[in-house]
Amino acid sequence: MSAIRKNLLNIKSSWSGWRLIGGPFLFGFLLLLTPMLLMILLSFWTQNYLELDRTFTVDNYVEVFSHPVYFTLIKRSLNISLLVTITTVVLAFPVAYYISFYGGRRKAILLFLITIPFWTSYLLRIFLWKIILGYNGVINSSLISLNLIEEPLSFILYNSNAVVLALAHAWAPFAILPIFVSLEKIDRSLLEAGRDLGDTALRSFFRITLPLAMPGIIAASLIVFIPTIGDYVTPRLVGGTDGLMIANMIQVQFSKANNAPLGAALAIVSLSIVVFISLLFILFNRKYLRRQV
Amino acid sequence: MTKRAPLSLLIFVVIYLLFLYAPVVLLPIFAFNDSAIIAFPLEGFTMRWFWALGEEESLFRALKNSLIIALSSSVLSTCFGVLTARAMARHQFLGKRPIFGLIMTPLFLPEIIIGVSILIVLIQLGLSLSIWTVIAGHVLIVTPFSVSILTTAFNNMDRSLEEASLDLGETHFGTFRRVILPLVAPGLISSLLIGFTISLDEFVIAFFLTGTDPTLPVYIWSLLRFPSKLPTVMALGFVLLVMSLILLSLFEYFRRRSEKLTGGMGKSQHHVGQEGE
Repeated sequence: MSAIRKNLLNIKSSWSGWRLIGGPFLFGFLLLLTPMLLMILLSFWTQNYLELDRTFTVDNYVEVFSHPVYFTLIKRSLNISLLVTITTVVLAFPVAYYISFYGGRRKAILLFLITIPFWTSYLLRIFLWKIILGYNGVINSSLISLNLIEEPLSFILYNSNAVVLALAHAWAPFAILPIFVSLEKIDRSLLEAGRDLGDTALRSFFRITLPLAMPGIIAASLIVFIPTIGDYVTPRLVGGTDGLMIANMIQVQFSKANNAPLGAALAIVSLSIVVFISLLFILFNRKYLRRQV
Repeated sequence: MTKRAPLSLLIFVVIYLLFLYAPVVLLPIFAFNDSAIIAFPLEGFTMRWFWALGEEESLFRALKNSLIIALSSSVLSTCFGVLTARAMARHQFLGKRPIFGLIMTPLFLPEIIIGVSILIVLIQLGLSLSIWTVIAGHVLIVTPFSVSILTTAFNNMDRSLEEASLDLGETHFGTFRRVILPLVAPGLISSLLIGFTISLDEFVIAFFLTGTDPTLPVYIWSLLRFPSKLPTVMALGFVLLVMSLILLSLFEYFRRRSEKLTGGMGKSQHHVGQEGE
């Protein structure tokens, strides 16, 4: 009797759940899943000027993998994204550590201080780096007025280093916050126990703090890595020709080059690589994630 | 209780903060600088770039588009957020995890992928680009943020208050309106504000999906090509920064109130709320 009742309740709850989530699900289905599937389909078609040839072909993928331009761009985007991720996370960790362990009552205000610079337009933030690094920029003009250099330095703007710097800046709070959260969760008595049992400060950091902070570090890495590979603005503004990334090429295919199928194939290849690397990264670090549960 | 930080760590944090603030500090400097060229040395104080802003008619059109888009996207995604958070916190149903996964996916996708894939559908269907297509894209990326904010609000809410209201004869709708809604109201407001700010600043999706009516970031992007317009852009950036800071302070205020309201009451029932996780 009670089993039937429970089943009925389950069905009722299931129905109510569906009724609630139906709208958001339908929206996601129509505007995320369907477009993604259509993009995959499109990547197997070809563009003949204005006509779309709907015969199945892998030509676009062959072109992506055989043409050195695309390969170079994908490789550079991966390199830049990986470098940005490492730089951002490595620089963010000490800051998150400081706030969590030494912030005391000022924790909230310190976190607020860190987020303020990120409430201006993303475009302008990147553009301001151009002003800092540029030929007549802040760095060059101050170095010249200090008589440290005679000619403006030209190697600091319009290359991939400038892209890495601007992106490491743009994604800073997204790395600091997850690491901060995971550091906050660490039971401080574990550290005391380690110290009481004779660990040095350095040893207890590497044996207790760092492993327990790993979930935050992993989250931070993925949060930075995945979107940066698709960044369009930063390479265009501060990257020069040597700093262009795959997103710029995808955009060109959808506009000037008028080759949407090739653009779709490029998008799918780069997304697959990102997903593959992310999964590999999670797999590689799964022991740290399991401990959390 | 708090120990003193090692000096090297302190120095690092200070340098890092300087790095974080380096670009933003330049914004007011060049917005008030009396020179058409964005470079040092500075020339003197002026307000003329702000007055020049007032004469940019296309700026106001772009701002109006952006405000319409940001308002609609934040309201829609907050509605989706309420529905999703409520379903996840209170109900068991078939396909719960995959559906939740689908709704949260945009959080883990490069924006260009979202922009491009929606663009493909629109082209295939022969639909033209407009404010509505940008709203659709923005709702997609803002909804995950709304869901996470509202999930916290719903999970922290004391379930017994809701049950008490039903036991005392209030209808489901009445309970929702008179008990649940006031309790999660701060969460709702922070979801609206964060959605509004994200949408207002979003560039890549808007760049792909915008038609003849540019959004503010798309308009700024077009200005960046003209060196003579740059001081005006700096002034605009400064105005936007001040406006965002006001919004952010409001957000912080409501978030704290949310913690007080739901966190304070829901503590005894904290484990009940966790089932949605």
